[in-house]
Formats: sequence, structure tokens, C-alpha cells
Amino acid sequence: MFPSSFDYVRASSVAEAISILANEEDAKLLAGGHSLLPLMKLRLASPSKLVDIGRISELSYIEDRGEYVAVGALTRHRDLEVSAVLGSSVPMLSHVASLVGDPSVRHRGTIGGSVAHGDGASDLPAAVLALDATMVAQGPNGTREIPASEFFLGFLETALEEGEILTEIKVPKIHGGWSYQKFNRRAQDWAIVGVAAVRNGSTKVSLVNMGSMPLRALATEAAMNSGASISDAAALAAEGIDPPADLNASADYRRHLASVLVKRALEEASSS
Amino acid sequence: MTVTEPKTSGGVIGTRMLRKEDPSLLTGESKFSDDLVIPGALYIALLRATVAHARIVSIDTSAAKSSAGVVAVYTYDDLKDDWAGPMPCAWPVTADMKNPAHFPLANGKVNYVGDGVAVVVANSKTAAIDAIEAIEVEYEELTPVLDLEDSVSDSTVIHQDLATNSSYLWELIPNKDAVDEAFSNAVHTVEERYIQQRLIPAAMEPRSLVVVPAPFGGDFTVYTSTQIPHILKVMLALTLGISETKIRVIAPSVGGGFGSKLNVYAEEVLALAIARKLRKPIRWTEERTENALATIHGRGQVQDIELAADANGKITAVRVNILADMGAYLQLVTPGVPLLGAFLYHGVYDIPNYSFSCTGVFTNKTPTDAYRGAGRPEATYAIERAVDALARKMGVSAIELRRRNFIPKEAFPYPSAAGLTFDSGDYAANLDKALSILDIEPILAEKQARIDAGSTKVLGVGLSFFVEMCGLAPSRVLASLNYGAGGWEAATVRILPTSKVQVVTGTAPHGQGHETSWSMIVADKLGISPDDIEVLHSDTAIAPYGMDTYGSRSLSVGGSAIHLATEKVLDKARAIAAHQLEVSADDLEYSNGTFAVKGSPEKAYPLAAAAFEAFTAHNLPDGMEPNLEASVTWDPPNFTFPYGSHFAVVEVDTETGKVELVRYLAVDDCGNRINPLIIEGQIHGGLVQGIAQALYEEASYDAAGNLLTSTLADYLVPSATEFPFFELDHTVTPSPTNPLGVKGIGEAGAIASPPAIINAIIDALSHLGVSHIDMPASPQRVWETINNAGK
Ligand SMILES: Cc1cc2nc3c(=O)[nH]c(=O)nc-3n(C[C@H](O)[C@H](O)[C@H](O)COP(=O)(O)OP(=O)(O)OC[C@H]3O[C@@H](n4cnc5c(N)ncnc54)[C@H](O)[C@@H]3O)c2cc1C
Repeated sequence: MFPSSFDYVRASSVAEAISILANEEDAKLLAGGHSLLPLMKLRLASPSKLVDIGRISELSYIEDRGEYVAVGALTRHRDLEVSAVLGSSVPMLSHVASLVGDPSVRHRGTIGGSVAHGDGASDLPAAVLALDATMVAQGPNGTREIPASEFFLGFLETALEEGEILTEIKVPKIHGGWSYQKFNRRAQDWAIVGVAAVRNGSTKVSLVNMGSMPLRALATEAAMNSGASISDAAALAAEGIDPPADLNASADYRRHLASVLVKRALEEASSS
Repeated sequence: MTVTEPKTSGGVIGTRMLRKEDPSLLTGESKFSDDLVIPGALYIALLRATVAHARIVSIDTSAAKSSAGVVAVYTYDDLKDDWAGPMPCAWPVTADMKNPAHFPLANGKVNYVGDGVAVVVANSKTAAIDAIEAIEVEYEELTPVLDLEDSVSDSTVIHQDLATNSSYLWELIPNKDAVDEAFSNAVHTVEERYIQQRLIPAAMEPRSLVVVPAPFGGDFTVYTSTQIPHILKVMLALTLGISETKIRVIAPSVGGGFGSKLNVYAEEVLALAIARKLRKPIRWTEERTENALATIHGRGQVQDIELAADANGKITAVRVNILADMGAYLQLVTPGVPLLGAFLYHGVYDIPNYSFSCTGVFTNKTPTDAYRGAGRPEATYAIERAVDALARKMGVSAIELRRRNFIPKEAFPYPSAAGLTFDSGDYAANLDKALSILDIEPILAEKQARIDAGSTKVLGVGLSFFVEMCGLAPSRVLASLNYGAGGWEAATVRILPTSKVQVVTGTAPHGQGHETSWSMIVADKLGISPDDIEVLHSDTAIAPYGMDTYGSRSLSVGGSAIHLATEKVLDKARAIAAHQLEVSADDLEYSNGTFAVKGSPEKAYPLAAAAFEAFTAHNLPDGMEPNLEASVTWDPPNFTFPYGSHFAVVEVDTETGKVELVRYLAVDDCGNRINPLIIEGQIHGGLVQGIAQALYEEASYDAAGNLLTSTLADYLVPSATEFPFFELDHTVTPSPTNPLGVKGIGEAGAIASPPAIINAIIDALSHLGVSHIDMPASPQRVWETINNAGK
């Protein structure tokens, strides 16, 4: 459990981080380190240089911007958990953050790191997907915005380009009901299956750990948006989805869990 | 010997004294092996087999040897003259037991993923680990033997020179005909098969060691995270051909063991061999994944159990056949672990006919050995589940059936059909107490109401009434089991000139709080403050004799030795006081640190004065040796037999299969209670480990023999969040087999809890047709069990 040797540099601004990344081919950003360092210790990742952006305080904020809440990429899970702004406008994001790992993970891990890592088994990427958030990225060529529906591309693969930094996540306020169902064996674990449901005018449902990346339950959403009953819509949760199998769950069991949890999520989202 | 209460004078025994160990542990002042700063030490790292079963075609260490910071790289061939023989197995359970030669590095063939193949010596830990990656090994893969029944069939034999995968067949069948007859006359029988999955001990502190050669004289100090400094010293001396007088083993603070540090490991042998070869300090600390691969595993059995009963449900015979997974090699006590349960498959029940047999078999997996409870959780699980199965079959309550079969209170000391003498017990009273706390009727009503309402959250109540044998062990009994050592314990109590007290013990605590409990025993007897007592342990130069800590033995055996040594030293002080006061020793009474003449309390002589007098020796009775010190080595006449009722209440989500533990009640009887706070801590830890076996933990392998649960993300050690607040209570039946009247509590929770949980799950699901589930009862397994029961 020791990483290969690497160089380390601490960036003090976004601009500085972008310029270091531009000059070093094999460099990687280090935020909270709670996804990257485990990979390095298992020697599944061996970057030549880590660019530590963890102390760029200008990227840690939660601001009410009217229709949406802007969350700086370096905001720790713990800050999401206790934010009054989120508590009144996007309570689901606080709730989801409170279910990530354990307290030490939540005090180090950042929303930007979690979303940029794009792990299909993580909670926050699926949450931003159901919340229809927008990612703001900065790179050598300036700033651009990427909607969540176009952000997650595959296994640990996102729309961020080489040299780009995720700086902000714009989360629309929730006006209707929501639910987040995380199913795991120990409180500190990743979800075996998780479901986020948001009824914000239309219904959006996303799934955790049902594929190589965070997924939308498109068949369920379509059924809900065309007036199907919750049970009928929930039965379609895993439609067209080929979930992974591991020690905790076979693919069949995951499909079953997805239906059960989607049903619970839709019921809860409809009652609030 | 009959004891009803410990003879106390100080009122210390029985109090909830805070642990003396904790301030220095909590502030980080205590040092673990990896904390020790040893200048000039070299680091070793092992290249481990990545295949379960293979011949080694070639090992190329050339690149590793020239890797930065590397001092040496060794394989078996390089070191084979550096040890005197293979690593020890101290428990040849039968005369014809098959024991493959087991060396610290693989000799031409690897037998499990994790088997040592080469060792790198380097000047930093990272240099050693980087060099490991530069070693190239070519393997010729062989069929891995992973399943116990495959193994017995010998279709692939792991150790060719042994010609079979069966290490031994061990039987305890006092009267086979009588057992057969009981089964043919039985009105009710049950026949069950249970699987004891492999568990990974996962102590909080991984294994860690530093071997330091002395600058002259050829001596070595071995600092190692072990439960057995004394046994280890002897074994290292024999294995390496070094005089026992040249090895000093010190176990600094040790962060848990649960049996996994009751062993002699390849790394300990290698480090000492290399320290001798290079004349440099050598250090090594296990990584978490190495802990999963290369530290022993626990359990690993297939258990077939049958019960015969008459029309009333009185059980007349128990017949048990076990296949026990030894893993790839026999470690220190691997083959003996099932024997520690072999006598207990009748549980707390008066069953006259007994038949037990166990076949120990090799597999291409990590060796197994003692893990919290060692043999007794397996036995308890089998009998407590089988009794529930019998109750279900007969349609009587599991509680009632147990009552019909309890060994009655009047029967103690109870000679069991398996050949033991159970020391003391009142099982019915213990169960009554548990039931009065549990208040089962409202739970059963709620359970039924939920079924009637078609709820997907169903309730179940499970009982496990356990008994274990602990306090290892009477040496003569160990002899009859072919165990390679005794079961006594040594103690010295020394009252120094300033009347501070040193207690030297042969026990080797690694989390149990011996410094506290031993101080309490001495303080209570001497009427002094526990703060004036220092307990010395876990250093073979300071505590030369000892049998160390495992098998819930330390208090009943080691604590008794301390109690007796304290009495002895007090007798000597009394003789000094009598001499000084010019009275007979019998005329003195002792309290609160002072001897006084009975009837004339003004004629008094303090213990402190006796201590100083013994030191100056100016005026001692004729013929008395100076110094106030006494040593006792205590060999117990029998085991002790703690017991208790454990109830679990679970809620099962029938849609997801998830089990939630709603309540857990443990009413334990561990005899007299020295420190209730420590007892409760031991029960909590044991319960968590036992419940973890029932619900969470399993060492899982793939079809090629790779361990899939080699990190703590995959091997599910639960945390406090997963448990309700445990409800604990107790009864007290003193043990007549030791002067303190104590039994043992270190393993009880792990022994009792797995069947309570599984019985509760089956109870919750029985209306759906479920009558069996294996451990761990993971959500997927519960869900599948419900689905299959419906079919
Ligand atoms: C024990 C444990 C339990 C956990 N449990 C959970 C859980 O239950 N649920 C869950 O969702 N997660 C869990 N996690 C993961 C945790 O939430 C991580 O903190 C998070 O996923 C990554 O955030 P980070 O800031 O630590 O990112 P890092 O590890 O620092 O980085 C992750 C990746 O993102 C890149 N990156 C980081 N920041 C940016 C940025 N601003 N722009 C572009 N790229 C960036 C890095 O280069 C790296 O590739 C757990 C982690 C641990 C160690």
C-alpha cells in the first residue's frame, strides 16, 4: 500500500494550476485525495506529479444565485452537509453528502473531486445528474459549461479535457420532492445500489453503481413523465441497463434492488 | 477446592476501575513495534505468490538486486542453511498426522496466494517495496485445491510427499454402539450441514517487528507484535538453532490479536535469520493486504451434525463430522483448533451419547489457526442451530426445548459424555434472568402483527445458550491431547523497599487490560492503592516464565498465580511483623496495609515496615531470606466453563434482504467479576466479531484461489454504526477450579453470538418457509433464500 514515487507541487490559484498542468504531461490534480490516493496506493494510478489544489480557498463556497446554488469545486462534503443555503434550497445535496463514507472522508473529500472522478459507484455524481446540475470548467482556452447529462462519459471518464479544472457546480433549486436511497451493508460503504429521484416539474431518476458511470433510469423517467404509476415506473428501473456483479451483489440482485429502491425513492419524492 | 467468593480485603475487586493502560495509549505515549526508533535498521519486504498453486520455474532477482537502496535479495535457496528446520507446528493432534515441511520462503513450489517467494532487504521501506516489483518469477500453474470436499477426494494432491490432502482424522467416540442405538431408537432426529466460513482476524495493529542484534555477545532482541513472547522465544531458538539464552523477545504495546498473533510467522524467522546474517537490525511491518493474505485465517469448516431425541424432545445423542480447512500448511496450533471445540458439541445439554470426528484437510489457501473462540464458536453454532432445528421440527418453542435438556444445576460438577467435568453452572436461572429482561411477549405479538399486515419488515427472535471451556489449560489434559506445551502460568509479586509493588506475569496482554486487573487483584489483597503497583510483562528478560495470552486463560490461570503469589508474599510479611511484635503470626490480622494483634489493635506493624525490614535484613526471623518477594507457578486442575443466554432481535427487510439488528441481550456468567468495565468491553468486542461472522465477514476466493477480500473495503469489518446498544447483564456462578472463582470472558461474545443472529433470521422468515441460511447472512443471500423458499 505504498504509491510509486512522484513529485508534488501546491498550486495557490486556479491559473497557476492550469499552467502547471499545461506544462507537465503526466500531472494530476489532487483535491481531497480520497479517490486518487487509494488508486495510487494500489498502484493503479502512478502520476509523475501531483498538483495540489486542496488549499485554493477561492474554490470553496456555496452561494445562492437566485434560480440555482453555485457550489465551488473544492467544497468539502462536510460543508455541503451543514450548509444552510443548501438546506433550504437543495436539501438533497446536503443529505447525499452526509451519506458519503465516514466523517474523515467527508472532511477531506470535495464535491469537485468526486464529480471529476466520475465514479459510477459514488453518490455525488448521481446526485448532480438527477439534480440536472451544470459543471463549470476552466482550462487554457477559457471557461465552459457542461450539463450533467453530457458530463459523464464512461468508466472514470468525464467531459473534462486534459488540462481543464472543474471550478464550480451550478445546482438548480428543488421546488418539488426528492429522495435519495442508498443501499449498503455498512454505513461507511459505497452504495451497492443507490437511487436519486427529483421531482422538479418533471421527474429525474439516477442510479448509483448500476453501471460503469452514473446512469439515468431513462425508462422509469419516461414512464413517470407520461403518467404511469410509481410501481409500474419502478419496475422499469433497470431497463436497458447491464449492472456489474461483485461480492455484494449479482447483476440480477442489483436489478431487483434498483426497482425496489426506485419505488421507495419515487414514493418518498412524491410525498414531500 | 471450593470457592464461593474471592477472599477480598480491599474492596477493589468488583469495581469499575478505569484502565491504567488507557492514558498512555490515548496520548500516543505507548509504543508499538513500528513506532520504535532503531538507528541503522534495514527493512525487509516479501514478494508473495500471486498464484494459488504452482511450481516455481525460475526466479530472477537480478534487477531487484541492482534497484536503488537494495542491500540483498534472498530466495529459499539462498537461506536454506540459515535455519535449523521448518517452521513449527506445536500440536501434532495424532501420532500419524501429516505435516508438510513449511519454510519461511517457498521451496520450489507455492501453495497459496501470499506464500513467500523472495525477500528483499533494503535501506528503506519504499526501496524494499519498489524492488519487489522488479523480481520476475515464472510459474508453472497447477490445479488449485480450494473446496474442502474436493480436497478430501485427493483428485489433486497439494503436498505430493504426503500423498494425500488429509492431514489427520481425530475422533472422540466413547461408545459408538450406544450412539447408533440412540439414533435407531430416536423419535425425532435432525441432520444438518453448516458452513463455517473463513474469517480474517484484522487486528487494528498489523503484525510488525524489529530484530536487533546486540553489539557483542551474539544476542538478539526481537520486538514483535505477538501474543506469545515466551512461546515465540523457544520456537525461534529451535527453528533457527540459536540458544534460547541468546534471544530476548519483547512484545511492546500490541494492538489486538484475537489469536492471529498466537503464532510463529515466516517474517519473524526471516528477520532473525537475516539479522544474524547481516549483523544489522531488521524491521518489517505488514501491510493491510498482507494481513489478509499472510496472517492466519480463522474458522473454515464444513459441519455435519445430527441429533437424536425421544418423544419429549430429550436429546439422547449427538453425532458430528467435521471437515476442517487447514489451509496450505500447519501453523503453530492449526490442527488443534477443531479439538478445542470437539468436547462441546453437546452444548449446555445433558446428552448421554456422543460422537465427534474431524478430518483436517489442506487447501491452497492461507493457513488457518486460532481465531477468537477457536473451535468453540464452531461447536456452539452447530449445537445451537441444531437445537433450534429440532424445536422447529417438533413444533415446540426453542426456549422450552432447551429447558428440557439443560444440564441441571444439581448435576455439577458435571461429567460430560465427551469426557470433561463442567465446573459449575445454573443454566435455568441464567435463562430466567435473560427472559425477564427481554420481555419477549410484546416482541412476539408485534412479530405476528407485522406478518398479519403483510409487512415487508419482519421480526425474529433468536436465542443462543452457550457454554465454552476456557482457562487453557491443565497441563496433563494438554498432554492427553498431544499439545506441545503446558498450560500453567507464572507470577512473581515483589514488595520493594519503598513499598511499591512489582508484579511480574507470564501473560502477554494485547488489549485486555491485564495491568489494571492484575493490579486490582494485588491491591485488593494487600489493601494498598492499585496505583502503587506496576505490572511487568511481555519481556522474556523480565518475565522469564510464561505461557502467554489466548484461550481466555489469563485471568483464571495467570490471575490465580498472582493471587497465590500475593498470599505468599503477605505470609512472609506477616512472619516479619510477628517477629517484630514478638507475637505468633496466627495472632495477627491484616487490614489496610497493617498487621495488628487481634484484640489489641494498638500493637500494629505496617506492611511498609516489613518491606523495608526485608530489604535491610537487619532483624529478620532466623533462617528467613532477605527481600519480600514470592513466585508461584499455577497449573489449573480443570478448565473453566463460562456460559450465558444471548438473545438477538432482528428486523429483516424482505424486499432487499437486509437484516437489521434491533436488540442484542447478553446475560453472561463468567464466575466472579474482577472489573465489570473490562468484562463489558470484552463482551462488546466479542459480540461485534461474532455478529460480524453472522452478517458481514467472509474471506472470499475466486475460482483460481485469489483472495477477493484483501482490503478493508471488501472485507466487511463492521463499525459501531452497525450495532444497537448492547444490553448486558450477568449471573455469577463462581468456578471452584481456581482460587479467584473466575471463569473467562475474552471469547464469550464471539462464541455465543453467531447462532443467536442466524436463529433470529430464520425465526423472522420461517413463515415464508425458510429453515436454513448460511453465514454471512448478506442481503443478497437473504433475498435469494426467501426467493428459493417460495419456490
Ligand atoms: C474510505 C472511503 C470511503 C468513501 N466512501 C464514499 C461513499 O460512500 N460515497 C462516495 O460517493 N464516495 C466515497 N468515497 C470517495 C470520496 O467521496 C472522495 O473524496 C471523492 O470521490 C473524491 O474527492 P477528492 O476531493 O478526494 O478527489 P481526489 O481524490 O483528490 O481526486 C479525484 C480525481 O479527480 C481529479 N480532480 C480532483 N479535483 C478536480 C477538479 N477540481 N477538477 C478536475 N479534476 C479534479 C483528480 O485529479 C483525481 O483524478 C470514499 C472514499 C474513501 C477513501
